[in-house]
Amino acid sequence: MFDIVAFIPRAIGQSVPLLFGCSGEILTEKSGNLNLGIPGVMYVGGISGVIGAFFYEQHCAGGNMNGFLAIMIPLLCSLLGSLLMGLIYCLLTVSLRANQNVTGLAMTTFGVGIGNFFGGSLIKLSGADVPSIALSRTSAFYSRALPFASKMGWFGKVFLSYGFLCYAAFLIAIVSAIVLFKTRKGLHLRAVGENPSTADAAGINVSRYKYFATCIGCMIAGLGGLYYVMDYASGVWSNDAFGDRGWLAIALVIFSIWNPLIGIFASILFGGLYIVYLYIPTGMDYMEFKELYKMIPYVVTLLVLVLTSMRNKKENQPPASLGLSYFREER
Amino acid sequence: MNKKEPLFHIVKRDVLPWYKSWGIRAAAIVAALVVCGIITTITTGLNPFKVYGSFIQGAFGSGRKVWITMQNMSILLIISLALTPAFKMRFWNIGGEGQVLVGALATAACMITLGDKIPNALLILIMTVSAILAGSIWGLIPAIFKAKWNTNETLSTLMMNYIATQLVAFFTIVWEVPKGSFTVGIINQSTNAGWLPQLFGSKYLLPIVIALLTTISMFVYLKYSKHGYEISVVGESEKTAKYVGMKTEKIIIRTMLLSGGLCGLAGLLLVGGINHTITTTINSGQGFTAVMVSWLAKFNPITMIFTSFLIIFLERGAGEISTNFGLNQSFADILTGIILFFIIGCEFFISYRIVGRKKGDK
Repeated sequence: MFDIVAFIPRAIGQSVPLLFGCSGEILTEKSGNLNLGIPGVMYVGGISGVIGAFFYEQHCAGGNMNGFLAIMIPLLCSLLGSLLMGLIYCLLTVSLRANQNVTGLAMTTFGVGIGNFFGGSLIKLSGADVPSIALSRTSAFYSRALPFASKMGWFGKVFLSYGFLCYAAFLIAIVSAIVLFKTRKGLHLRAVGENPSTADAAGINVSRYKYFATCIGCMIAGLGGLYYVMDYASGVWSNDAFGDRGWLAIALVIFSIWNPLIGIFASILFGGLYIVYLYIPTGMDYMEFKELYKMIPYVVTLLVLVLTSMRNKKENQPPASLGLSYFREER
Repeated sequence: MNKKEPLFHIVKRDVLPWYKSWGIRAAAIVAALVVCGIITTITTGLNPFKVYGSFIQGAFGSGRKVWITMQNMSILLIISLALTPAFKMRFWNIGGEGQVLVGALATAACMITLGDKIPNALLILIMTVSAILAGSIWGLIPAIFKAKWNTNETLSTLMMNYIATQLVAFFTIVWEVPKGSFTVGIINQSTNAGWLPQLFGSKYLLPIVIALLTTISMFVYLKYSKHGYEISVVGESEKTAKYVGMKTEKIIIRTMLLSGGLCGLAGLLLVGGINHTITTTINSGQGFTAVMVSWLAKFNPITMIFTSFLIIFLERGAGEISTNFGLNQSFADILTGIILFFIIGCEFFISYRIVGRKKGDK
């Protein structure tokens, strides 16, 4: 029978990387930057964390690991890696006014390349004496559930059995929704995304807002990569395992009509859709239909995209200047 | 920058003479190659000149390598040319990947279901028509959405890519040989039914010839035909196009049919001419790479020959480095990324210039 108590934690586990990517990309897109480099950023976020954790594990190979350092080192490495990616993107599109689509695609090529290159060659490059990158000790710190989760039956399983990054994902989504829609900074940011020349005339520093929103967005998205490796994949990096989740996160932004709160529910829905094929009748005769089930998230996103543009409701539209670089002297 | 008097401000340039703008681009490529050399030296500990040597070795090391370089280049060139009319219209068709895949899928479907049942010439004709048709339909869907409801085409074409990928994954399992292998294997290996003919006894020549023909016709189409003119008007300003009485919806749909159809043709060449099999990764991300190729060439079909060559050269060269020095294949992606960043960034210095604050200029 369909076991809902087992299904929900798995769906949520799938949804967390998507939610990180989605919240990050919403912030970015609200500033008018369509960052198609998010898949690359998430790879970089993941591998930077892996590199940090790898060297720390090597450092204390025999002894005990300090729990605080074991969490903080990969976390900071991951944030730094994705921050650098965000800076590259901003330098090119905001300061140098390059085309955002091309820059984003180049970032994805670059980021996925970095991830797979270091993932595949880290052991060789560092000359370490281990067969594969399996950071199970670091991962144990990341995926540690709340201590009383196992005692609380189905409630503990559904709500309390996750590592801290999972709760961080939900928290970040809520905080970014509040910042975007309830604060003055958020208002300014949305103004920049809708109509930068008006915002500029009102005395808002357009470039600064774009830089901050995009870099913070990239750092949030990078955490999605970190969560995937450290928690979901139990610290095992394998090339291309992260797959197309980055693109799915971009799809999710549309699906949640640029609202991180809707993003929370949408990401759980997508997480469920992403693994629902595991729950349909198995056996060799049905193998091909699993592939069709995997198509559902994309079809649904396309439909939402079309429906929102058909209804043409003002608050559900993409930011008006999405994808355009702003140059003050252009008329 | 937000001080009362900024240190500098940015001014749009008049059009630079072509030798200056190409000089800037060349300087950017040289700078990028230097950075790539430094990075390769750091990671591999090699003499950078040796690294550049292996780049050339990888692309031109032997007769066969030259042919493969040319063949890869022509496929990338066809896809880039396919995307170009859409881009000129400011329709960001990121869906080349999906359009190529459905073209490939249609080709494979014809080869598998009709192989040996009808004469080979007829089969190839049906393959060609269905591949182009499939690609066109994949381009048509986002075009209709855009024309009717102004749906964001970057995002809708992106979604169409993954729908196509899953469709191919589905049929791969339907057609898998042997069962449970998740691969189709070489289609019609014994009979060669539906394999595209070899030109002058060379299996590499057909895509190259088609690519050249496409380049010339696309150049003429965009520059000298009425359609090409309409495309550039819509691209410059949709309002102007409407004002002078052009039917923009019709132009968008027509252009995307062409764009998707050409991508489908690339799919035909990949399955019928080169690989004789189908996988979800048969196009290896070239639909995305083509976006950059087309943009780097400023949407000029002739220039695209050089930009597609540049990208393929990098890919093959970096591939050679990775095999020679036991590095992972993804090293090529990193180098390509760096070079793209430089070229993308240098465009700024072509269209803008920085004016410093003059003393006493208050």
